[in-house]
Amino acid sequence: MAVPTSSSVDLSAALVLGPTTVADWLVILPVAWCFAIGALLVMLRRAIGLHPIIAVAGLAGLVLIDALLLGHVAAKGPVTMAMGRWLPPFGIAFTVDLTGALFALVAAVVALAGGIFSLADINDSGRRYGFYPFLMLLMAGVSGAFLTGDIFNLYVWFEVLLISSFGLLVLGSEPEQIDGTVKYGFLNLVATTLFLVATGYLYAVFGTLNMADVARKAEGLRGSAPLMTLTALYVLAFGMKAAAFPVNFWLPASYHTPRVVVSALFAGLLTKVGIYALIRVMVMLFPVEREELSFVMALAGALTMIVGVLGALAQTDFRRMLGYLVVSGIGSMLAGIAVGGPGGIGGAIFYALHSMLVMTGLYFAAGIAARLGGGSSIATVSGLYRKNVGFATLTLMLCFAVSGLPPFSGFWPKVMLVKAALDIGAWWLAAALLLAGFCTVIATGRLFLLAYWRDDAGAAVETVRLPSAVLAPLAALSLLTLGLGLYPEPLLATIQSAAAGLAEPSAYLNSVFPAGGPQ
Amino acid sequence: MKSVIFRTVAPFLTSLMTLFSIFVLLRGHNEPGGGFIGGLIAVSALAIYGIAHGVETVRHAIYFHPMAIAGAGLFAATVAGLISLFAQVPFMTGLWIYPSLFGVEVPLSTVMLFDTGVYLVVVGSISSVALSLEERGGE
Repeated sequence: MAVPTSSSVDLSAALVLGPTTVADWLVILPVAWCFAIGALLVMLRRAIGLHPIIAVAGLAGLVLIDALLLGHVAAKGPVTMAMGRWLPPFGIAFTVDLTGALFALVAAVVALAGGIFSLADINDSGRRYGFYPFLMLLMAGVSGAFLTGDIFNLYVWFEVLLISSFGLLVLGSEPEQIDGTVKYGFLNLVATTLFLVATGYLYAVFGTLNMADVARKAEGLRGSAPLMTLTALYVLAFGMKAAAFPVNFWLPASYHTPRVVVSALFAGLLTKVGIYALIRVMVMLFPVEREELSFVMALAGALTMIVGVLGALAQTDFRRMLGYLVVSGIGSMLAGIAVGGPGGIGGAIFYALHSMLVMTGLYFAAGIAARLGGGSSIATVSGLYRKNVGFATLTLMLCFAVSGLPPFSGFWPKVMLVKAALDIGAWWLAAALLLAGFCTVIATGRLFLLAYWRDDAGAAVETVRLPSAVLAPLAALSLLTLGLGLYPEPLLATIQSAAAGLAEPSAYLNSVFPAGGPQ
Repeated sequence: MKSVIFRTVAPFLTSLMTLFSIFVLLRGHNEPGGGFIGGLIAVSALAIYGIAHGVETVRHAIYFHPMAIAGAGLFAATVAGLISLFAQVPFMTGLWIYPSLFGVEVPLSTVMLFDTGVYLVVVGSISSVALSLEERGGE
């Protein structure tokens, strides 16, 4: 059936003809690896005893692959692999730059922590339901979204992670979980449809879906094509995904219903995929339009921060409160994207990475608190400090980190964002950032005061030992935020060059079109 | 279902449709067809058999759980992409071999392996849905 190609046709314009080195395979390996492990777990559906072992080993492998990828990209600059040898804009290309590699690595670390936490959190019925296969497929979707260089392909990865996330959300099939899933699913489907509409529109205007190709053609089309409309559509679609005000209501309505580890992973990963897509599209593809939309986005960011933190103050349920804190953090990232420049974009990236670690850790803490205290309402739970001092200390570290207090990882991005906002004269945005941080301190302080320090009158409190499967991931994430807060230099330098690579994507374009490419 | 005619015809229809689904899968490389449509035809065959002789019979006949079949398909598709690692070409590049079986040249490719994977994913996931719907309907 294969027709032998005649050698007279010049294939070099359409195909990659040079040999592909093994190092280049790191670009695709995170996705292929997750798919292979996920498929293996589906095949071994009866051997649920093996699932946790394979999945945790697989996630550890993913961390290793992503770390190698980050090292490769840091040394060589952006790396591209064209699927099936077909060169972009015809073929689909995966292009990894520092931003994508950083996000992918932190996502893998968070997933590994979640995988270990799930050993104690997910029971046999959850395993039979397919928690681990869904987790691996979710990671395939998340990694794909961070690594792809094609905007329609990005849409496909959104779908992959959305479908897996539905599976994870209904794990257990309790009525309120189904209620949460419907809210989550409906809003996300609307957002995905908007994303698809915008992408169809983009294809009609540009005739290409490759991000590098769009970036270099945008300059020439700016006068004649309605790029502003396109950008606004993308902002709305990704804003919905990221849970930005005024389309944030789905997140607090659904994140407290699933298993703890599922909420933790969603809070760490899914909204940040939206933020990543927003950074990619706004900063790299449409920088001029970003400038135009700057004020609207800054306003949305400030309102997201304030609305989120006010919601957190109003809640008495630990997990519901965390849902609002996720929203509040999204506001800070939006503010960074709106401000722009190395400080703003770098701050947004740093904040996103920090938030992935910290929010996941806090959801773990909420799960452990519910286990120790017998509920998740801070009005009834008390004396957690007495019950387990180590756990209380780790929670306190995360509370400091999420509030943006030194010496934890939340401090540096907040400094960068406030400074960037003041530099462009947006004092009100800086004030909103600081106010949100202050209110977060009050919200987490109230949590700590009531649930951890308050003792039941008369009740004898004895120390409770926790299994290391639940304590180790929490400790790892807390220590990671402490480490990044004390010694942020290497990460900061990487983030600065990542932000510079987004603002001036010539290296990215060169990697996709080495010799200028087809015009 | 009670109809004697249907119960008698169903096995023949099922085997014919399964054969046809494999034919559609294999011709899919250069002509209309392929793994997705082939898989749907195979699922229809299983569904007919299930309506005629009950879901348990079908589950027994296909031996593996439908989801395990889907998993195997996804695995095959992933492996099809990874084989090109050893040929120093990018992910998912089509690679061909032409072994000779009994004097007939048989073209085999990673593309075919990928398409077979798609076929199995469709067979597994859709029949999983179809069979459980039929089970509920019979209650």
